[in-house]
Amino acid sequence: MATMTGAQMVVEAMREENVEVVFGYPGGAIMNVYDEIYKKRYFQHILTRHEQAAVHAADGYARATGKVGVAFVTSGPGFTNAVTGLATAYMDSIPIVVISGQVPLSMIGTDAFQEIDAVGISRPCTKHNFLVKSAEELPEILAKAFYIARTGRPGPVHVDIPKDVTAQMAEFNYPKEVKLETYKPTIKGNARQIKKAVEAIAKAKKPVFYLGGGIIHSNSADLVRDLVAATQIPAVETLMARGTLRYDDPMLLGMVGMHGTYAANMAMSEADLLIALGPRFDDRVTGKLSEFAKYAKIIHVDIDPSSIGKLVHVDYPIVGDLKAVLTELVPQAKEKVDPARYESWREILKRYQELHPLTYEDSDEVLKPEWVIQRIGEKLKGKARISTDVGQHQMWTAQYYPFTRPREFITSGGLGTMGFGFPAAMGVKRGVPDEISVNISGDGSILMNIQELMTAVENRLPVINVILNNNYLGMVRQWQTFFYDKRYAETDLSMQPDFVKLAESFGGVGYRVKTKEEFDAALEDAISKNVVALIDVIIDRYENVLPMVPAGGSLYNMLLEYKD
Amino acid sequence: MHSSERRVISVIVLNEHGVLSRITGLFAARGYNIESVTVAPIPGSKYSRLTIVTSGSPRVIEQIIKQLHKLIPVYKVIEHSELVEKEMVMAKIPLEERLADVEALCRAYNGNIVNIGTDTAIIMAADEPSRIANFIKALKRFNPKEIVRSGVVAIER
Ligand SMILES: Cc1ncc(C[n+]2csc(CCOP(=O)(O)OP(=O)(O)O)c2C)c(N)n1
Ligand SMILES: [Mg+2]
Repeated sequence: MATMTGAQMVVEAMREENVEVVFGYPGGAIMNVYDEIYKKRYFQHILTRHEQAAVHAADGYARATGKVGVAFVTSGPGFTNAVTGLATAYMDSIPIVVISGQVPLSMIGTDAFQEIDAVGISRPCTKHNFLVKSAEELPEILAKAFYIARTGRPGPVHVDIPKDVTAQMAEFNYPKEVKLETYKPTIKGNARQIKKAVEAIAKAKKPVFYLGGGIIHSNSADLVRDLVAATQIPAVETLMARGTLRYDDPMLLGMVGMHGTYAANMAMSEADLLIALGPRFDDRVTGKLSEFAKYAKIIHVDIDPSSIGKLVHVDYPIVGDLKAVLTELVPQAKEKVDPARYESWREILKRYQELHPLTYEDSDEVLKPEWVIQRIGEKLKGKARISTDVGQHQMWTAQYYPFTRPREFITSGGLGTMGFGFPAAMGVKRGVPDEISVNISGDGSILMNIQELMTAVENRLPVINVILNNNYLGMVRQWQTFFYDKRYAETDLSMQPDFVKLAESFGGVGYRVKTKEEFDAALEDAISKNVVALIDVIIDRYENVLPMVPAGGSLYNMLLEYKD
Repeated sequence: MHSSERRVISVIVLNEHGVLSRITGLFAARGYNIESVTVAPIPGSKYSRLTIVTSGSPRVIEQIIKQLHKLIPVYKVIEHSELVEKEMVMAKIPLEERLADVEALCRAYNGNIVNIGTDTAIIMAADEPSRIANFIKALKRFNPKEIVRSGVVAIER
């Protein structure tokens, strides 16, 4: 075993973990590590222009590839800038490892220059964190960090390394296998519970699949598709589960929740059995809890026991890895469930779909955001990864884009972080270079990490940013329209940069479009040029996201239209 | 709503940096009650044992237990209803009080006078938490100057 410095260990550990890219930003406390990156060149380092973007990029990389994303930042402000990235990954259970520099051990607690209690700050927004006390323990801690990030319910892990530890010499003995006696996620589901769940499905009259993000994390979309096809039970998807079923799957009722479809929300409200596969009963999905799925018994499969029964009573809890559970459950369901049994239920739901499908009024005068998204879908369906920022544009994308597979839709669901989209889309492009990476953004959100134009141009990460420009913080404006008597407090974004020049000044390409023809031309051009692009799409500024379940309202009480 | 019940939860955790803040931070972040918490290393092991007295509806208690389990350094969460609980209390009693009566009271609660200073006597008692509450009530008539409770420790039967 070789003796080496802590800094060398960090880069060696990246090699052991097959890390191909690290997103980061250097500074005093982490300079020893950067020196080793320079000397060894084991992996690509992408210098973002803000630490928040580095973490979002690592996160986007992880979401698109399923691998652990990695980011390096320095102490103090470098770390605090990274916190939003950690929290975003934490809320959506994304496996990333963030390594921060820290002031030397002897100075910890003295309010030293660029000292902050980083592990104190990251504790509530990471799956786990470590403060490294000696180079000796560093290899094991790094191995544990990767292991914890990717196993069980995945999540971000933060490792804080004091500068003197990166200079200390010790043996580098990278564990081949990590065993933690205090951490053993349950993988296999209880066989008797699975059997009972199958019996409940076979006996139900109005069952619904409630598909959640756990399906994506556990790579079990194929099993879910198989199960849905075999049972012919209608399904709804949460925001995080989009792409589990193909957009044109006849059993798919659409997205559920605050901006879910009428049929999806009514299915939940009238079902007698919810088959919840890896969702977490988020309030944006359930609406008013006492009214949520009132008539339904609930089967809930999740790897995190604390997710089960947290908000609603669960009749058939199954703790385990979704893939392992479905591997058991699907053959049993195929044997015991008669799809003909749910025929009249499917009829009811079909009528709901016909009664209130997702609709918008297209126009010849002004571009409608829904049209733009559908258009992107027509051109790029199945060939691109779609990231978003947060706001109306995000919900329209979730509603109208024709998703064909898991990991195609990259969005900040739990934290709802504006500024996520562009850096995430860079990470996506780095992880899946053969596919087109599109970020559908808003005129508010895009400015929150616009400096990443430089990173993308420098590193040839040709992300196509489509800005659905409504000159508003549109989602907040919508709430003000509906619930605040149109008092548009601080949501008017009429003051705008020239996005075309902005893109050009960074060496990207900018477009400003107002018509369908112009949009088509711009998208074509950006794709064929394979460049970093900003397409500033001027849309109807008063368009609302509908249907809408007002916050705290019951899922079945949807606003279906808004007439001024 | 569900009624709130008192629960004693023992948590066996790895003795490592920041582990106590992970646990108290969890309670604070999720709005759970802590009535008392005691912690000390388990002799001859790398673990510590925390005894937490909390209260909440059955659903909240279930969540507390699951959330504790979820913390990486937590080895075991014991939520025995069959626990033997003890708590200790110390108090300062002015010397002009009738110390013979004070001593008799302490004896009834597994305690005694442990120190006599220039103007106060220090007494202690160790008993079940509910009896300690009674003891403190009874002590009031001797005008205690200061009362210190240890929090509950517990062990399963
Ligand atoms: C960092 C952050 N700050 C504030 C919010 C609250 N918020 C949610 S949506 C939204 C408006 C977003 O505006 P824009 O990016 O233009 O998207 P639009 O809704 O107009 O499509 C705001 C301010 C947030 N989600 N994230
Ligand atoms: Mg906007």
